[in-house]
Amino acid sequence: MNPNLTLVAQFIEFSLFIWFTARYIWPWLMRKIEERQKLIADGLAEAERGRSSLADAQKQTEVLLRDARARAQEIVVSAEKSASQRVEESKAQAKAEGERLVAAAKAQIEQEVQSAKQQLREQVATLAVSGAEKILRREVDAKSHADMLNQLKAQL
Amino acid sequence: MAAEHLTPSEYIGHHLTFFEKSIGDGGFWTLNLDTIIVSGILGFVSLGFFWWIAKSATSGVPSKRQAFAEICFDFIDGQVKGIFHGDRNKFVAPLAFTVGVWVLLMNAMDFLPVDWMSKVLPEHGFRIVPTADVNTTFALALTVWALMIGFAVKEKGVGGFIHELFCAPFGSNPLLWPLNFLFNLIEYISKPLSHSLRLFGNMYAGEIIFLLLWMMAAVGLVGSFFAIIFSFGWAIFHVLIVALQAYIFMMLTVVYIQMAHESH
Repeated sequence: MNPNLTLVAQFIEFSLFIWFTARYIWPWLMRKIEERQKLIADGLAEAERGRSSLADAQKQTEVLLRDARARAQEIVVSAEKSASQRVEESKAQAKAEGERLVAAAKAQIEQEVQSAKQQLREQVATLAVSGAEKILRREVDAKSHADMLNQLKAQL
Repeated sequence: MAAEHLTPSEYIGHHLTFFEKSIGDGGFWTLNLDTIIVSGILGFVSLGFFWWIAKSATSGVPSKRQAFAEICFDFIDGQVKGIFHGDRNKFVAPLAFTVGVWVLLMNAMDFLPVDWMSKVLPEHGFRIVPTADVNTTFALALTVWALMIGFAVKEKGVGGFIHELFCAPFGSNPLLWPLNFLFNLIEYISKPLSHSLRLFGNMYAGEIIFLLLWMMAAVGLVGSFFAIIFSFGWAIFHVLIVALQAYIFMMLTVVYIQMAHESH
């Protein structure tokens, strides 16, 4: 318990140590720790932002998906409609074509009947002429009786 | 053990002798080399360690070493934050850090067996606990005291400081001035005294108790056995005292400086 010059020496040591800590230790550690705190806070904020934007994206995706599904439905419906329409059309076309074919065939048949009738007329006239020739052998002249034969043909 | 050739009071006296170096006439012009050297080494090593960490500290993922420094840092910062309300990073927190680390280590020198040093330096006394030297604790307490007054003057101006000496705590009635001044005088004297003597007394007493316990070892094997048991018990208890006294010293330092900032 006898204070002596050591007091002064210890005072100097203490002052130097305080100065050293205040100058070289405390601010450096403080700066690094605060930097890290900021880093962590930023990271957390970033994560929070990321999470919310993910939720947004999910919501958007759902909307897009719903739209896409509705559109697909629409396309299917319209495709079905147009397909059945085309079937109807081709059916109608086929029917018309068939009718046309039938009509053409009928017309041809008609024409052939007509020409057959014509030939028959010709032959009947020839037959009649040759029959009459055979009957009248001498006096019948085909030329002089042509008018009369034509009249006969028209009557047939 | 050396004590076999000494009386108990000689043994204790030997361990309570400083390694003194006289540099002038009169008792005051003496340096306690043991105190100065041990405290200096402890300060250099501990603060150098923290400086070394702070120098290479990263704001990314810290190493375990840095994490240790940051735990110490954060503990002291938290304590100071709870007491001191100004800008603590400029001075007060580093001050608390210095006091806390340094005093803790100086107190912790009590764990080294005192007889080791008397083996190394048998003809000298060597007291390895700097805080069991009243010079150290007085130096610390008086530095804090000077800082306290300095901060009070800086905060309130010289006029404000003197005004507070006479007008606080009882009131500014001129009749109360002597009473206020007496009150403040006692406070300003008792603060450094209690601050320093609390630490000194605890460390000194701890040292004495160790010495007394180890003296039991002088009476033979049974005495040694009990000396070991009791010293072990006291050492465990002393761990608490060492840490607690360093903590109290640090906290009082901050409290005193905070009080200097408060105006009445």
